[in-house]
Amino acid sequence: MSALAHVGGTSGTTGAGPAGDAPPQERAGRRWLPYLLLLPGGLWLLVFFVVPLLQLFTVSIQSQFPGYPGYYYRDVNFSNYLRALTDFAPQFGRSLLFAALATFFAFALAYPLAYAMAFKAGRWRNIMLIAVIAPFFTSFILRTVAWRQILADDGPVASTLNALHLLPGGRITETAAAVVAGLTYNFLPFMVLPIYASLERADARVIEAGGDLYANGFTTFRTVTLPMSMPGVIAGTLLTFIPAAGDYVNAELLGSDGDKMVGNVIDSQFFRVLGGFPTAAALSFTLMALILAMVFVYIRRFGTEELL
Amino acid sequence: MATNSGFREATGDLRLESVTKAFGDFRAVDDLDLVVPRGSFFALLGPSGCGKTTTLRMVAGLEQPTSGRILIGDTDLTGSRPYERPVNTVFQSYALFPHLTIRDNVAFGPKRRGQKDAMERAEETLRLVEVDHLAARKPAQLSGGQQQRVALARALVNRPEVLLLDEPLGALDLKLRRQLQVELKRIQTEVGLTFIHVTHDQEEAMTMADTVAVMNHGRIEQMGAPADLYDLPRTTFVANFVGRSNLGTGRVVDRDGDHLVAEIQGTKVKVPLARAGVTDGEVTFGVRPEKVRVLRQPPETGGDDVKGIVLDVSFTGVATEYLVRLPSGAVWSCYEQNLDVDPIDLHRGDDVWISWNPAHAFTVPVDEAAAKAAAEATA
Ligand SMILES: Nc1ncnc2c1ncn2[C@@H]1O[C@H](COP(=O)(O)OP(=O)(O)OP(=O)(O)O)[C@@H](O)[C@H]1O
Ligand SMILES: [Mg+2]
Repeated sequence: MSALAHVGGTSGTTGAGPAGDAPPQERAGRRWLPYLLLLPGGLWLLVFFVVPLLQLFTVSIQSQFPGYPGYYYRDVNFSNYLRALTDFAPQFGRSLLFAALATFFAFALAYPLAYAMAFKAGRWRNIMLIAVIAPFFTSFILRTVAWRQILADDGPVASTLNALHLLPGGRITETAAAVVAGLTYNFLPFMVLPIYASLERADARVIEAGGDLYANGFTTFRTVTLPMSMPGVIAGTLLTFIPAAGDYVNAELLGSDGDKMVGNVIDSQFFRVLGGFPTAAALSFTLMALILAMVFVYIRRFGTEELL
Repeated sequence: MATNSGFREATGDLRLESVTKAFGDFRAVDDLDLVVPRGSFFALLGPSGCGKTTTLRMVAGLEQPTSGRILIGDTDLTGSRPYERPVNTVFQSYALFPHLTIRDNVAFGPKRRGQKDAMERAEETLRLVEVDHLAARKPAQLSGGQQQRVALARALVNRPEVLLLDEPLGALDLKLRRQLQVELKRIQTEVGLTFIHVTHDQEEAMTMADTVAVMNHGRIEQMGAPADLYDLPRTTFVANFVGRSNLGTGRVVDRDGDHLVAEIQGTKVKVPLARAGVTDGEVTFGVRPEKVRVLRQPPETGGDDVKGIVLDVSFTGVATEYLVRLPSGAVWSCYEQNLDVDPIDLHRGDDVWISWNPAHAFTVPVDEAAAKAAAEATA
């Protein structure tokens, strides 16, 4: 075997770590370290996530005392789930549809913006970054209320469009479009920032290599730049879709009664409907399971490294 | 896959005609004229920041010259896009596509050009650079040397008219570098493409290239076969950058047949007229260290000589280097091959005479800045 083949051949073993050679005491210390580091976060999750989740689950299978609205007893009653799915199917559908639309629009807006920030902005880059983050300085609800006023019937947008006869329904608020627009607006930074981060990290030389290897501007984007930014795109879509699917503020403030999402139902079942607790809990669980399943399929499809 | 319509089929020598690249006020490449004959192994040698990468990027089309023209054969490539040029680059940092397997990295170029057998070509080129067993991996799973080979394969597979290599071995350790130098030279001979190899390692340039161009401050200082460059440097910078030189500055005082006579720090030295880059007035005179003899007695005949004392002796195996301080204060370096059974037994502080054959001496224009830079580099 030539010396060169040997250089190639040695690589097969590079994965093996030096752990086997470490002295015993050090190894014992090392073995506990990861668990120690996981402890605070793990405890936090246990107390504030796992316990409430179990609690929620037990509520979701409780039954109501007949004749005593608002009183429940421990039970294993899965009919709550059936009711949640049959009675509120439209709201589920709307949640997923609105979230998907908002994710799509946010992506369409965010990618060019992130691209411009990463490659074209020059000294404007930091100012653009601040502009993207600045909305976080005010509360989510306040911003949505502000949108309600901007889009209101006698507000500047609706009245201008109406004057030009460009608004078929006559109004913007109390429509599904307003809800999707609100969701898109509210979660846009969660889409921009991960995409920006992944584009910014991409080696400019690698993108140039696309051009050097006979790919024109668009082909280079499609075969090199976009695939390299996929981790950011996946993170961004998840960070937008998941909270958007569970959101109720936008539908509450910008939509009509016919535009309500699962979040609104859960909200009203918990706080406004007597005896709605088990239904609300079952709705929460169903929504969570649905989102988990979709995210799982999505990551299996796009999250692997074999993107092309 | 659509082939791109703008692609220019061009064959012939690569020519740069008074190419300048300015970044603001700063000229990274300054009025560069260059002809690289088709099929040659051409080395662009120069210190960091002298404009080597910028020159390559202009040939690749990744940068447009501020003025001047770039041609292959009769085809003017100035202003065309990188993907329209029959030129490929092996980047200084390899720049492999991280999301693609090695096989797909190498097949990238052929695919873009719509070649049906892109995959077979990729496999074949991977075999040529001896990394075909890694074809299914991702770049992150490869060692530096392996990535370097893949980067080479990814460019080679396209059989470009000109292949640009930007310090391809710069990040590798010395041993691997020597191996790959031999390998690269073998591949170039095998495929017969024009290679432009950028490096700041003079030994690498000398061992690999047919022609070496020494670059400094955006200009070509001297160009020629490695042996010629070494034997007869034309500038102070080249005398110091390509190998080392003992230099002294003085003035031309006389002629003696086909030699000129110069007085350097009180010593009269002779230089063949054919080797004199400067024949008048102020000159810098030079001799390569291995051309200088160290003697215990004053030489009997011939040559120019100076008496000095030994400042330092360092044994390097094949040779011993002596540093000798001359009365003028100059410190000369002399390599003596360890050929004799009894080595010349010299120590610090010994009185010696140095001598050389005038046939090896040369003169170059006085260049204080280059001399100072070289002195700082060795200090
Ligand atoms: N885009 C740019 N803007 C401004 N100056 C630049 C730019 N690119 C290169 N330069 C400058 O041009 C000079 C030449 O750079 P270049 O990259 O060609 O050097 P090099 O010879 O390849 O050096 P090295 O051996 O370190 O790679 C340097 O002084 C560098 O700072
Ligand atoms: Mg460089």
